[in-house]
Amino acid sequence: MAEITYRDALNAAMCQEMDRDDSVFLMGEEVAEYDGAYKVSRGMLDRYGDRRVVDSPISELGFTGLCVGAAMTGLRPICEFMTFNFSFLAIDQVINSAAKMMYMTNGQVPVPIVFRGPTGAALQLSAQHSQACETWYVHAPGVKLVTPATPADAKGLLAAAIRDDDPVAVMEGELLYNVRGEVPDEEYVIPLGVADLKRSGDDVSIVTHGKMVHVALQAARTLARDGIEADVLDLRSIRPLDVDAILETVARTNRVVYLEEGWPFAGVGAQIVSLIQDEGFDDLDAPVVRVTQADVPMPYAKNLEQLAKPGVKAVVEACRKVLYLPAGGR
Amino acid sequence: MTQATRETETGVNGDAAAVATKGGPGAGSGLRGFSRDDLHGLLADMLLYRRFEEKAEEAYAIGKIGGFCHLHIGQEGLAAGAIKPLRADDLVITAYREHTQALAKGITPRAAMAELYGRSGGCSGGRGGSMHLFDTSLGFYGGHGIVGGQIPLGAGLAWAIRYRGGDQVCVCFMGDAAVNQGSFLESLNMSAVWQLPVIYVVENNGYGMGTAFSRVSVTDMEARSGAYGIPAHTVDGQDVLETYRFFEELAGQVRAGAGPQFVNALTYRFRGHSMSDPVSGTYRSRAEVERHVEEQDPITILRDRMMDADLLTQEELEAVDAEARAASEDAADFADASPPPDPSTLYDHVYAEINEHGRLFLDGRGKGPAAGAGGPAAPGFGGGDHG
Ligand SMILES: Cc1ncc(C[n+]2csc(CCOP(=O)(O)OP(=O)(O)O)c2C)c(N)n1
Ligand SMILES: [Mg+2]
Repeated sequence: MAEITYRDALNAAMCQEMDRDDSVFLMGEEVAEYDGAYKVSRGMLDRYGDRRVVDSPISELGFTGLCVGAAMTGLRPICEFMTFNFSFLAIDQVINSAAKMMYMTNGQVPVPIVFRGPTGAALQLSAQHSQACETWYVHAPGVKLVTPATPADAKGLLAAAIRDDDPVAVMEGELLYNVRGEVPDEEYVIPLGVADLKRSGDDVSIVTHGKMVHVALQAARTLARDGIEADVLDLRSIRPLDVDAILETVARTNRVVYLEEGWPFAGVGAQIVSLIQDEGFDDLDAPVVRVTQADVPMPYAKNLEQLAKPGVKAVVEACRKVLYLPAGGR
Repeated sequence: MTQATRETETGVNGDAAAVATKGGPGAGSGLRGFSRDDLHGLLADMLLYRRFEEKAEEAYAIGKIGGFCHLHIGQEGLAAGAIKPLRADDLVITAYREHTQALAKGITPRAAMAELYGRSGGCSGGRGGSMHLFDTSLGFYGGHGIVGGQIPLGAGLAWAIRYRGGDQVCVCFMGDAAVNQGSFLESLNMSAVWQLPVIYVVENNGYGMGTAFSRVSVTDMEARSGAYGIPAHTVDGQDVLETYRFFEELAGQVRAGAGPQFVNALTYRFRGHSMSDPVSGTYRSRAEVERHVEEQDPITILRDRMMDADLLTQEELEAVDAEARAASEDAADFADASPPPDPSTLYDHVYAEINEHGRLFLDGRGKGPAAGAGGPAAPGFGGGDHG
């Protein structure tokens, strides 16, 4: 175990998989000579050469489709989006090609591809560069999605995504790249579809994913000062979804807050709420409350951005609400 | 054309060689045709752009400006040279490296700087920031952050001009890297099919972030439009006079019905891609940057030419520069004093129309029942020690 950054953990996962499987290659904007826009692929060009670490033109639709095409022959591309915002140019190839290929060919053509890059807002990047893109990807059957929150999860989940035979989106966070944590040095793979209880407490469950795990943990610490102990369940994988883990925490605390970075309408939380009311309704003592970004495009101005983002205070208040406590926690 | 060949075509002296253009207006780099006032005007414009962005750079360093901030320093000859000859009702659209184009189209330094600061006095009310300056009343349609995103929009602006029977033109700028987006090819084709009054201008600074154009592209820039029958032109964007003359004539031709045009404007970015990017590094050497700053500064080129022709004295230059600095300081002061957007406006402008029926905003903020009202008491949390 060494303490490394989330960025280096992603790098380690790619190298781990590229060492063991020549069919894995990395393509994207600035991934080779520039070491990646966020330096995630540092050193990989030197290590693997330009056959396997490839700078693309700024042609998202084109290089995504190219990667999907290569995957249709059994190669295992890692298709990097500088940020997932730019993947909207390529969403046709993600949804209409990658997601549906297996099904419409009656299983002849699996598409073992990874789409990866940062999702969500960083700081003051304004509307076109600050959006959580999870819903776009999980909406379509045929795509899987993981959202690592810690360095160890980054390594294990990315490795699993590369090994998986389906299209898997790995959504990272610009603000996560510098986060440090213990990561196993040896080969490390976390199976898709296994949530992780990042903190346990029996009073209320904060279910979340990705970067928001850190906001949830902070909220849990705040609540603890008032004697409220929260579970923080990190889904890690949105599809496949660890339904058992969700129902377990619901059954234990009977009170749930879903926290996500994205917009509420058809958000990941909407699906989780629906699931809980379908399969865990009798365990609930209060309606589930969702904490999301305000239902507006991300504004640039610092004060408005702060207001639009889901923060610790909103999570604390949501937890108090499902506990039927008066507003105004610390 | 590569940066290297461009350098051989341009000089810092008044008699710099003309850059050949293909199928477009003739060009020449002399002072011919420019009055003393014209020259002083262009110099003042470019100095304002330079000082404005230097001020922005300073403000960014102390955290007054956040997020991405892409400076146009080194490329000001294009803002002045391509936009100043346009009519006030002509339309301009561009990408995120757009501070100076915004100023050229008439957005005031105050409104632009306040936008960079994210203040209510900004030209997008503080919602857009550096990448999204807009003032459509001045014909400035932004300010777009997705590479290539503005290209079809430019075609759309031109479509609307033609649809209404107007005689304006649309100038649609893009970076060199943007021509590898499908949106570029699709837009060129449609513009040609419908003979739209649009001038596509590639600000060819040779790089998209850290990638040289030639590393990810095989054709010459000028060859990009030929397949669509759109005339290609090359202009030296560091030579503001050549650029001005060129666009004056080309805009006239398009206004008269010449159809879409494609301009490869050769230029160079003096700063890093954005504030977090070093000026030089793995993708270009410091020597390369220094050589361009030394020899290819559009402001120095014009200044020297005017001085050589006895049309500018040192005192006049200092006076113009002092004015540019004062305007930039004033813009920063204005931005500082401009209040942040009112928090109560967070939901304004998401929709143009709030419908009578139904709910548009689904985040439930402020809509839920008051916390603490009703419901069973939470186990283990009786008492009033949670306030
Ligand atoms: C679709 C898309 N992909 C990637 C990016 C990230 N990005 C921003 S600017 C840029 C380089 C663009 O270079 P160029 O078009 O030459 O313009 P310049 O920055 O040189 O003015 C990239 C890759 C983006 N904004 N949009
Ligand atoms: Mg460029």
